[in-house]
Amino acid sequence: MPNMDPKKCPMPVQDPDVRNKNFEEVALGYTYEMAVNEAKRCLGCRNHPCVAGCPVNIDIPGFIKKVAEEDLEGAYKVLSASSALPAVCGRVCPQENQCEGKCVRGIKAESVGIGRLERFVADWHRTHSTEKAEVPASNGHKVAVIGSGPSGLTAAGDLAKLGYKVTVYEALHTAGGVLVYGIPEFRLPKEIVRQEIEGLKELGVDVETNVVVGKTITIDELFDMGNEAVFIGSGAGLPRFMGIPGESLNGVYSANEFLTRINLMKAYKEGAKTPIQHAKNVAIVGGGNVAMDAARCAKRLGAENVYIVYRRGMEELPARREEVEHAVEEGIIFKTLTNPVEVLGDEKGKVCGMRCVEMELGEPDASGRRRPIEKANSEFVLEVDSMVMSIGTSPNPLIRSTTPGLETNSHGCIITNGDDGLTTRDAVYAGGDAVTGAATVILAMGAGKKAAKAIDEYIKTKDNQ
Amino acid sequence: MYKILEKTPLNPTVTKMVIEAPLVAKKAQPGQFIIFRASEDGERVPLTVADYDREAGTVTIIFQIVGGATMELNALEEGDSLVDFVGPLGTPSKLDGLKKVAVVGGGVGCAIAYPTAKKLHELGAEVHSIIGFRNEDLVILEKEFEAVSSRVVKMSDDGSWGEKGLVTNALQKLIDDGNQYDEVIAIGPLVMMKFVCQLTKKYNIKTTVSMNPIMIDGTGMCGGCRLTVGGETKFACVDGPDFDGHLVDFDEAMHRGSMYRDFEQHERESSCNLLKKEVE
Repeated sequence: MPNMDPKKCPMPVQDPDVRNKNFEEVALGYTYEMAVNEAKRCLGCRNHPCVAGCPVNIDIPGFIKKVAEEDLEGAYKVLSASSALPAVCGRVCPQENQCEGKCVRGIKAESVGIGRLERFVADWHRTHSTEKAEVPASNGHKVAVIGSGPSGLTAAGDLAKLGYKVTVYEALHTAGGVLVYGIPEFRLPKEIVRQEIEGLKELGVDVETNVVVGKTITIDELFDMGNEAVFIGSGAGLPRFMGIPGESLNGVYSANEFLTRINLMKAYKEGAKTPIQHAKNVAIVGGGNVAMDAARCAKRLGAENVYIVYRRGMEELPARREEVEHAVEEGIIFKTLTNPVEVLGDEKGKVCGMRCVEMELGEPDASGRRRPIEKANSEFVLEVDSMVMSIGTSPNPLIRSTTPGLETNSHGCIITNGDDGLTTRDAVYAGGDAVTGAATVILAMGAGKKAAKAIDEYIKTKDNQ
Repeated sequence: MYKILEKTPLNPTVTKMVIEAPLVAKKAQPGQFIIFRASEDGERVPLTVADYDREAGTVTIIFQIVGGATMELNALEEGDSLVDFVGPLGTPSKLDGLKKVAVVGGGVGCAIAYPTAKKLHELGAEVHSIIGFRNEDLVILEKEFEAVSSRVVKMSDDGSWGEKGLVTNALQKLIDDGNQYDEVIAIGPLVMMKFVCQLTKKYNIKTTVSMNPIMIDGTGMCGGCRLTVGGETKFACVDGPDFDGHLVDFDEAMHRGSMYRDFEQHERESSCNLLKKEVE
């Protein structure tokens, strides 16, 4: 009998007043009983719209049925057939817009907690399973993957499962890309990322850190080394600034710098070698998921007041609803309909305030969102001693500037031929933020998956000729 | 892992190391830098490439022991390894076509100025080197500069070595003597580069400086190394580290360089104590 409870089982979380002082994971995960009960809420409907809502097309009813039957290893096998990083996706995917957004249970009540179940199964596997991954038989072909973020890891995993010898090149000293430098520990523990990468290594994937493609080696050299195809998943790592006066004052960070110091370099830990400013009043400029991450990090570093400064309203915040709710619970102050026009500094060149104007919303613009318009005579000064610019990133130019024939658009995004990720260079594929500009982990994974399939077809076709 | 093949103290606070890093050695050019981490929980620190040997697959670095990370690096010995060593990063210096150049090095900045002087010499340019140090004990690379320069002017703050005075005094004198330079390349403390630029501006001599701001990734990702150059924001790691000195906002760069001074002071002291304990 299905469980007809209209509500999905709530996720146990750390108390907001406790968690906003530590970097441990906020969401604690389902218990075994919760998971099995929640799985029983899935009706196993005929059209399974959830699968179409998933960028990597996980057999969602299939894995949930296994959970309901208490066959967790079986559930994990279904998951891992489609997803290289289930423990990550279960935590950071915007399920409300994807699988869960399409769930038939969601029409009259709440959808099945698909993301929470995915996380439960992946965590259960990690902590209980002793089964070693089977190393696929080699097909004798080599492929290089640039970037060890979500798209690169997915492409690497899928290609390795098909028997390719895959080498992943990473510019930083730790593999994982945005999963390691960007998303904070309290949302995605780094140990989980590390173990997912270990899983790929067991499949025979090599990971070379400290290699900046475009500087240390070029794409042409990767081909000279015997790779038959290259996948570029180098992300969108170049931070944007607003171009307002005072942005070079001490205490103004890009979200990338702020989060990298905290997540990759562990600046939040006592005795860490990499410093970070522990500010009293911090303004985060921007309203996306990265802004929420930065705000919640600033709070955990001990700031008294952390403001999200966003030029549109609460309704327009691009961040996931759940992230906004978590931020509100943790005491982040939302200064919406507010736009900074100048950063103010003291005589030592340190930030001491931010001159802002109030905004109101006019007609919808090209993005479909209502355009923010400055209110006359509404200037005021927000007293802050640190500021984090979280207004987006663009792809890094290092690869395109060193790869002849690789074309990019006016935003610096690599141009690809439709869905399979083929670039303007033969045998070079790309996917994720390097192609789309800053987007989500799961979309990048979807792109990595499609490119892996296209690379496989390309190499097989080439071989038969 | 990146093995230390040679370690030579150049003076009490400056050390030279030859590191095994074949991929970096294959591509490195003067003006570029690397980022190292000495240990697993260490800081990422940028250092300019002082020399490279493509055949041997080695890269030479010269560093001053200024904070926790460089102390940690200096505590390693020949045969030990660095956990990370990535590069070459940044844009190589543009030295082609120069006929007569004044290379000005201040303190440990001479370690960065030397490969530039050497490359210019190889390209057939006439090189005048002006090298300055606080005192005799801190002198480095004297013979190396002599080998690649048609003229070397030696300056020290206290007169214990060469002439007493600043590098700008020496440069002024060379200009007054009628030397016409295609370019002045100045590498050293920010304040030195600032005053060299003020001087050369008067004579309208193109001046290139090498900036060394705080950075993390070195690939354009963090934006921590940003500078204002000609009114525009530039990232030293990808747009530089070489810039037109007449356009750089040095005062802002000095402010930004002091961002973590208290923390570094604390690190240095705690590392000192740690090292003392290890010695005892």
